[in-house]
Amino acid sequence: MKNVYDWPYPNEFGVREAVESDVVVLGGGLAGCFAAIAAARKGLRVALVEKGATERSGSAGSGFDHWESACTNPCSKVTPKEIAEAYIEEQDEYSNGIAHYIECREGYDRLLDLEDFGGKVRDSEGEFAGAEFRDEETGLMFAYDYTNKFTLRVWGSTFKPALHKELKRLGVLIYDRTEATALLTSVVDGKKRGIGAIGMNVRTGRLMVFKAKATILTMSRPARVWLFNPDLVGLCEFRPTQSIGSGHAMGWRAGVEFTMMEKSVKGEFSAAGRSFPPYGTGNNHNTWYAATMVDARGVEIPYVDRDGNELKTVSERYRPAPGQKFFLKGGVIDEAKYEYRGPETLPFDELMKRGYKLPFYADLSRMPEMERKVIWGMMVGEEGKTKIPILQNYTQRGFDPERHMLQSYGTGWQSAAFLGQERQLFGAPGGIMHDWDLKTNIDGIYAAGDQLFASDCCGFACATGYYAGRKAADWAATVDFTEPDASEIDREEARLYAPMYVKDGMDWRELNMAISKCMQNYCGAVKCEDLLKEGLNLLESYERDAVPRLSCNNPHELMRTHEVLDILEVSKLILNACLLRKSSSAPLCFERSDYPEMDPAEDRKFITIRQEDGRVVRGEVAHRYFGDIEEEYLRRNGDYIADRAERYGDR
Amino acid sequence: MASKPELSAAKIPSSARPIRFDAEKCVGCNRCANICQVDIFIPNPEKGRPPIVLYPGECYYCGSCVMVCPRPGAIELEHPLMNQARFVPVKRPEEEQPC
Repeated sequence: MKNVYDWPYPNEFGVREAVESDVVVLGGGLAGCFAAIAAARKGLRVALVEKGATERSGSAGSGFDHWESACTNPCSKVTPKEIAEAYIEEQDEYSNGIAHYIECREGYDRLLDLEDFGGKVRDSEGEFAGAEFRDEETGLMFAYDYTNKFTLRVWGSTFKPALHKELKRLGVLIYDRTEATALLTSVVDGKKRGIGAIGMNVRTGRLMVFKAKATILTMSRPARVWLFNPDLVGLCEFRPTQSIGSGHAMGWRAGVEFTMMEKSVKGEFSAAGRSFPPYGTGNNHNTWYAATMVDARGVEIPYVDRDGNELKTVSERYRPAPGQKFFLKGGVIDEAKYEYRGPETLPFDELMKRGYKLPFYADLSRMPEMERKVIWGMMVGEEGKTKIPILQNYTQRGFDPERHMLQSYGTGWQSAAFLGQERQLFGAPGGIMHDWDLKTNIDGIYAAGDQLFASDCCGFACATGYYAGRKAADWAATVDFTEPDASEIDREEARLYAPMYVKDGMDWRELNMAISKCMQNYCGAVKCEDLLKEGLNLLESYERDAVPRLSCNNPHELMRTHEVLDILEVSKLILNACLLRKSSSAPLCFERSDYPEMDPAEDRKFITIRQEDGRVVRGEVAHRYFGDIEEEYLRRNGDYIADRAERYGDR
Repeated sequence: MASKPELSAAKIPSSARPIRFDAEKCVGCNRCANICQVDIFIPNPEKGRPPIVLYPGECYYCGSCVMVCPRPGAIELEHPLMNQARFVPVKRPEEEQPC
C-alpha cells in the first residue's frame, strides 16, 4: 500500500500576504463567529482567522446538546442576576462574574440569532409534543430544572454551518486553514496596544500578516499539557485535536495578563485509554441527565434530593427540592453546594454499603417515552461527538434503548479512573483576566469564550464572543491603524519556518510526550516550590536543546509542531502561576505540600500573572472586582438594550 | 530567507483506523477532506477516488466528515475497539430488593 504522497497543496513558504481590517478575530469557534458577527453588524471590516474550517470547527463544531443559563427566555422563572450570582457563590468566587452575567443576560439573544441564521432551537414540528420538558406555546425544550426552565435542549449540530453562512452573508473575510501564531503589538503614546496578528496557512505555509485596529482572542483553553498519547492524539482530550491553547501561548508571549492558571483538575475527559468517549457509555450526567440507572441485577438505583429523600418518579428528578427555588446542574457544576444541589443518584459508597452490584447500567427503557427519546436520539445525537460515533454506530451495532441497557465503567460518571497527576484544565479553569469590556490588560486586545478565565459552556462562548465583538468594534472606531514593525514579522517568520529546514530531527510527538511527562512529574496533584522549579528548569532545557532539533516535512506537521511549542509555553505559564500562590486552595484544586494551609483569608483573591521583558509579574485582584454585576452591566450596555427589542421583538 | 523547503506527505500510522471509505460509493468530491477541522485527509492524487487518511491518529471522532458526505455509506467513522462500550438486554429483578 502506498504510504508516501506528493504534498497536494501549493508550496507557499516565503510568500507573504497582508490583510487590513478594523477587527481581526483569532479563532473561528462559536465565540469567534459571534465576535465577528457583532463587529460586522456595526459596519466594520472584519477578518476571521481559523485553523480548521469554520463551517465545523471549534469545540462545538459538530454540535452540542444543551445551552445553559438562558435566563431571559420567555419561560424562565429565574433572573440573570440570580443565576450569575449563584455561579459566583457556587465557585467560591473563583468565578467570572462579568462573563457569567453576560451569558445569563444575552445568551438567549444569541440563540435567537442562531434561529434567524437557520439553526434549530425549538421543536417547531411537535416531535416532542406533550413532553414535560417542552413548552407547548414556544416549542422550547428544557433540561435539568423543569420548574425554572433556564437550560435549553438545542439542536447544536445545525449551528456552525448556520453561523458560517451568516459570516459570508455579512462579508466577513474568512481565513480558514490559517493558524494564528502571534499577536502584533506596538507602543502608541507610551502605552502598549494590540495592532493585529501574524498567521500561517497550514496547508501551504503562506505567512499572513493581519493589520487591525482591534484584535479578539477566541481560541481554546490549553490542552495536551498533562495528557498525551502519541498513537491516539485526537482522543487525548475532550476538545478537538488542534485546540490546545495557542491563544494563551501568544497572549503570554505578548504580555497579556492571566488568572487562575494554577488551577487544574484530575482528568475527567479523555478517551485515549483511561476512559471511554464521554457520552459513549451509560451515565446519568449532562447529556444523559437524569437517566435511570440500574445495577448488575437490574435493581434501580435511587435518586435522592439534597436532603436525602428518595424520589419516587422520573419527573421529580427534574424538580427543585421542597423549599429550594432552583438547582444548578451540568457543565462546570460537579457536586453543587447544598443551596444549589439538584437531584442525584445515591453516592457510590452508600450504594456499595447497601449491596448494589457492579457494573451499573443506564436503562432508558424504564423512562417515559419522551424522556427516553430526548436522551437517546436528540441529546445523544446533538452533543458534539455523538451523532455519528455514538448514536449512529451504536444503533448499527444493534443498541435499542427500549431493549438494551448501556454499561457504565468505574465508580463515577466519568467512566474512568485517572491518576492524580493526570490533569486537565477543566471545570472553569484559568484564562485571560479582563475588564467589563472583555478587554485584556493591553489596549485593543479583547478575549472571549474559552480564553476567558472560568469559562464553561457554549452559551458562555456565544454570549461573550458577541459582547467582545461589539466592544472591540467601538474601540476600533476610535483609533487608526499602526504599522507593524517589519523586523518583528521577520523574526516570527524565521521562528515559524525553522523546523522545515531541520533534517532528520525530532518529531513533535516526542516533545509533547516529554512535556506531559514533565508536567505529571513536577506539577502533579501535590505541588511544592522545589518540584515546580525543577519542572521549569526541565522545560527550559527542552527549549534550549530539543526545540532546535524539531523537524517536519509539510505545513500540516509544522502546524502540529507549533502546537507543541505553544503547549510548552503554556506549561511554563502554569508552572509559574503555581509558584505564585503560596497556599493551598480547595476551589482551585490546588495542593501545595510546602504551603498546606487551605484558603487562608489573605489569599482568597485572584492572583494574576503576566510576562514583561521576560520577567514574571505577579498581581492581585479582589474576587468581586467587577462590582454589582447588574448595575455595572446596565451602565455600559444601554445601546445594546435599546436595540434588543427592535431586533428580537418579544420572542 | 533560505530556499523553499521541499514538501512531502508520508502516512503516519496509528493503531486505530477511524475512517473507512467504500470506494464504490465515494465520488472523490473531497468534502470530507475540506470540512475536517483536524485536517487528517489529503485529496487522492487520482481524481474521483476517496481521499487519503494521512493522519488517522489525529482524528477527533466528531463525525463532521460523515455528516457532510453527499453519498450515504461512502465514508464511515468508528471509534477504536477499546472505546466501544458494552450493552446488554434489559434486566428486571425478580422481586429482588437491595439489602
